[in-house]
Amino acid sequence: MKCFEIEKLNLHYGDFHALKNICMNIEKENITSFIGPSGCGKSSLLKTLNRMNDIAEGCRISGDVKLFGEDVYGDMDVNMLRKRVGMVFQKPNPFPMSVYDNIAFGPRTHGIKSKYELDKIVEKALQDAAIWNELKDRLKKSALGLSGGQQQRLCIARAMAVSPEILLMDEPTSALDPISTGKIEELLLHLKEAYSIIIVTHNMQQAARISDKTAFFLFGQVIEYSETESMFTMPRDKRTEDYITGRFG
Amino acid sequence: MRSRFDEQLKLLNNSLIEMGSIIENAISKATKALETQDVKSAREVIEADQIIDDKEKEIESLCLKLLLHQQPVARDLRQISTALKMITDMERIGDQAADISELCILLASDEYIKKLEHIPQMAKATIRMVTESIDAYVKKDMALAEAVVEYDDVVDELYLAIKKDLIALVHADVENGGQAFDLMQIAKYYERIGDHAVNIAEWVIFSITGKHKNRQVL
Repeated sequence: MKCFEIEKLNLHYGDFHALKNICMNIEKENITSFIGPSGCGKSSLLKTLNRMNDIAEGCRISGDVKLFGEDVYGDMDVNMLRKRVGMVFQKPNPFPMSVYDNIAFGPRTHGIKSKYELDKIVEKALQDAAIWNELKDRLKKSALGLSGGQQQRLCIARAMAVSPEILLMDEPTSALDPISTGKIEELLLHLKEAYSIIIVTHNMQQAARISDKTAFFLFGQVIEYSETESMFTMPRDKRTEDYITGRFG
Repeated sequence: MRSRFDEQLKLLNNSLIEMGSIIENAISKATKALETQDVKSAREVIEADQIIDDKEKEIESLCLKLLLHQQPVARDLRQISTALKMITDMERIGDQAADISELCILLASDEYIKKLEHIPQMAKATIRMVTESIDAYVKKDMALAEAVVEYDDVVDELYLAIKKDLIALVHADVENGGQAFDLMQIAKYYERIGDHAVNIAEWVIFSITGKHKNRQVL
């Protein structure tokens, strides 16, 4: 089943044509990787999926983006869209508050006030992010005191606390050491059973290890979009081959 | 970074060409020793098998280093994984040349029950298959690799012709049985060399197409 259907999507930042006629479907309960050189449009597309580009100056978007059949750029409430489509950034960005309050922040903004309910949400989110055992005795401590890897898993837990359907991740492990990266990759493989995950990565091996499908972007276009294993053993397009084998980019 | 990787891939190709030339020489020398009943040459083939084994280990080590250092994908991954598969078959070809030489020594003091006719032809055919399969790898030549697979029929037909001849010789005189059995075994070694060359060619096709025996590997 498709979670996103993208049809003839074009995005301009002023005069710059950042996304050119993108047409692709993204599968539910899958990990989809976006790869490509810097400036190729992969992060722009990611941000288009939960309308993070709306506030970018001079940004113009045309074409269709549908989330489970609903038009993302139609009548959909943006806050509701971002609840359904969560985002985790490259650099861990915990709020300057306790671990507990970081996780409870989203549910509170969506009107949940009951301590009992919030306790349950916090525990479940931290458990789902495989960090509960490490943090259960530090819930009242500042999130800023955690290691980089813990902060990033906290941010994933925070994104999951509002029960999204999809997680967007923009290079979520590029600032982390290999152990923390490994933990997050394990986590993503576990999470894909319940969530659809779309990840931008510069790490070819990461895309090969964790994703089911991979899209290769170049100059604002999707050059190739296929099963990951097939792309990394037998890419169809020479430009994909040259990029993933390090011949350019 | 990439230029160093390209240099190492070139080194891998050269090492495979070198190993190929050693095994072609081993088949050729074993065959000549068999034809001339030359025990000294046969012993040299047996001793040289160690060189082939060492070459296999050297190429295997290079491939593992490339996998570790470069984490190759796409055609690089196919090229290196193909090399790893090829050297196993190449090493087995070396063993079979040594096995032929062992039997050559065993038969050296006996007069052959029949002039060797098909066996040298099998040797020639298998040397051609080995040479072309490795050439196909280096040149990424799909047509040449497919031709090697096809050419195995020639080797198989020669094997059947030898079998038929030897059965007739045993029927004519049961005393021929002992040597006939050894000659049959020798023919079987050549036939297996042909099969190993086919294996190499099939992996070469994988390195070009990503498909092994028409099946997508990943």
